[in-house]
Amino acid sequence: MDLTPRLELIGITKRYPRVQANNNINLKVMPGEIHALLGENGAGKSTLVKCIYGVQKADSGTLIWEGKKTQVTSPNVARRLGIGMVFQHFSLFDAMTVEENIVLGVSSKVVKAGIKERIIEISSRYGLPLEPQRYVHTLSVGERQRIEVVRCLLQNPSLLIMDEPTSVLTPQEVESLFKTLNRLSNDGVSILYISHKLQEIKELCHTATILRMGNLVDTCNPKNETPRSLAEKMMGRSLEKPTRKKNSQFGKPQILLKDLSYRAKQSYGTDLKNISLEVRGGEILGVAGVAGNGQRELMNVLSGEELGNKAESIVISGKNVGNIGPNDRRSLGMVFVPEERLGHGAVPQMGLSENAFLSGFTRMKLANNGFLRKLKTDKYASNIVTNYDVKTSGIRSLASSLSGGNLQKFIFGREIIQNPNIVIAMQPTWGVDAGSAAYIRQSLINLAEQGAAVLVISQDLEELFEIVDTICVIYEGRLSSPKQLEDITLEEVGMLMGGVIVNSQEDNLLNGI
Amino acid sequence: MIIEFVIPALLTIITASTPLVFAAIGEIVVEKSGVLNLGVEGMMIVGAVGAFAVTVKTGNPYIGVIAGAFSGLLLSFIFGFLTLYLYSNQVATGLALTIFGVGLSALLGHEFVGQTINSLPKLNTPFFSDIRGLGPLVFEQDFMVYLSVFMAILVTWFLMRTRWGLALRAVGENHDAAHSIGFSVTLIRLFAILFGGAMAGLGGAYLSLAHTPLWVENMSAGRGWIALALVVFASWRPWRAFFGAYLFGGITIIQLHAQGFGVDVPSQVLSMLPYLVTIIVLVMISRDDFRIRISAPACLGKSFHPHG
Repeated sequence: MDLTPRLELIGITKRYPRVQANNNINLKVMPGEIHALLGENGAGKSTLVKCIYGVQKADSGTLIWEGKKTQVTSPNVARRLGIGMVFQHFSLFDAMTVEENIVLGVSSKVVKAGIKERIIEISSRYGLPLEPQRYVHTLSVGERQRIEVVRCLLQNPSLLIMDEPTSVLTPQEVESLFKTLNRLSNDGVSILYISHKLQEIKELCHTATILRMGNLVDTCNPKNETPRSLAEKMMGRSLEKPTRKKNSQFGKPQILLKDLSYRAKQSYGTDLKNISLEVRGGEILGVAGVAGNGQRELMNVLSGEELGNKAESIVISGKNVGNIGPNDRRSLGMVFVPEERLGHGAVPQMGLSENAFLSGFTRMKLANNGFLRKLKTDKYASNIVTNYDVKTSGIRSLASSLSGGNLQKFIFGREIIQNPNIVIAMQPTWGVDAGSAAYIRQSLINLAEQGAAVLVISQDLEELFEIVDTICVIYEGRLSSPKQLEDITLEEVGMLMGGVIVNSQEDNLLNGI
Repeated sequence: MIIEFVIPALLTIITASTPLVFAAIGEIVVEKSGVLNLGVEGMMIVGAVGAFAVTVKTGNPYIGVIAGAFSGLLLSFIFGFLTLYLYSNQVATGLALTIFGVGLSALLGHEFVGQTINSLPKLNTPFFSDIRGLGPLVFEQDFMVYLSVFMAILVTWFLMRTRWGLALRAVGENHDAAHSIGFSVTLIRLFAILFGGAMAGLGGAYLSLAHTPLWVENMSAGRGWIALALVVFASWRPWRAFFGAYLFGGITIIQLHAQGFGVDVPSQVLSMLPYLVTIIVLVMISRDDFRIRISAPACLGKSFHPHG
């Protein structure tokens, strides 16, 4: 048994102008160990990993690589040492083939040594099937991730860093990724695994290091913990799960899609095919699915940002709205929370007050014959900040200065204060820490309990199973028929997300196929 | 009789098209790396005056050609420095470069107006040149015509078959990803810009040394803009741009002859033809939406901030 740690960090400290990102962090990764790095947003996980991979330089502290004190000054140095990293946002080129993408990511020495054979060898050894001639934009997120992993493995790393690898995968894809990681670990490769998903960490990891506000709070064996105890260590306080009363008495249908088909306008978009659905007052309907299966198009068509449908294909509170734009839909009581917070949900370079105006001016009557009602707008914005617990220095601060979770709370508050009867939200808690996520989910539940119809498009199945009444799955632009949450299991939803047709009680869940 | 008439026409077509081929193929490389340099017209005209001036001083048009390429390269370096290192806006900088280039060339060329030079000599291939008709057309051009064909082959090969060509396309496709993989986005773009500048300079040199061996102010007469349009309509493919350049050159010459013959169509309409036909034909062959999405560099015109 080799007792030299592969990687040891002693007293790593990194300060940014306004925050202490890492404070005196110690960490040891043994050969073959799968080591989890846990923490809320802003706890310092990414900074720590960037210091290891040479993207950032630590202010002080020592990095010991296989027993030797080492300076990692750039990603190239890290790669030469044998450190590979799979980023959360893939470094892939959409308009190129899988093979071209892999060739770009490895040194020319590796290419000359016969890259095709090596790709085949690695993909069969670790269960990572690839089709070298396919264009990346035609692949699913899981397939794209495989390219990244293969690209890393071609460099023969002895430490693999993975930054939230499962946040975009279906349960089945997660399972096969875990098989790969376990096989790598058996071959002696160490893995540093960053994730928000505590159940996964319990299943996969041998050790967990937990960070909070830049400090190391605990190093433990996750097998001896529960997801709840891990979460509480991360947050430093107890976690309040969203609660909801059982309700089967729904009101009248508020959102009605009738056989809606839509041709995608954006590059690499997915066409929507014969989508029908119904959301009643008081009901939360979840649309699950792997990214890129038509969610963006569905969102844009619902919000009216993309038109071109027959008026009667979308019915809101009894009115045909298929051919009218977002502001007219807002005035009918519909509000939207898009996926992308900065740039879509809010204008990054504008203050919170201005951002509040942009979505609220119709329903909150913030404009008067074309003139801004400044005082009223400011009052509306301050209202959001105080009632929705937005941490900011004031309503004049720029949207881009808020953390992800805070900005999302602001956007939710902005929409909810408008007293909507229909809410459409996409990925409401994507990249938001556990505390804010619970808060946002609770506010969605409260809205439904007050009688609003809520439609949530999300890839996060845990989230959907926590809050929705009814669930359906979008796959390649088609929607499965909605099921009461009690009538469907997590595994079945996962299979639908992967395009497998599930037979349950004699009927096909996927209609139209 | 037909040969007597067609061959000279074809010869002038080659001469009219070659400058466009150089400029368009250079710009393809620039745009494939994700940079939009609208200064082609400016680099071309500076290349033209540089080539002409040096030929007058040295009496050697070959040195003139090199000087033309170098002039275009120098001007493109200004663009590269401003956009890559000072993050200036590519569109505005490119437009300014054209205005600057036109003015600078007028200033530099002032003393050369009206002077004459020996134009770029035609090569003479023994035996082949004597083939009736085909001989002079294919085997008796000046070396720059062959160079333009060679550059089209070279650029296609470089972009599609070499590692650095792949890297250049990658930088134009997703500069953040290319950076995180470890390519120097700025350096690759700088080289692409300099190559584009030298090619535009060559196109300009051809104008003042072979097309019309004279220096006239503003003699590029919008050809740089045509080259830019060809790049887009050819969906960033060297051979399509090559074809487009010949189509444009061809129709320009044919409509001139038609005007000479007194065809009963207003001359303004005839003058419009080259633009119309080139656009229509290239739009037709490039209309496959999917292929355009694949060829258009996704980061075209976007500044890259390595630490942003």
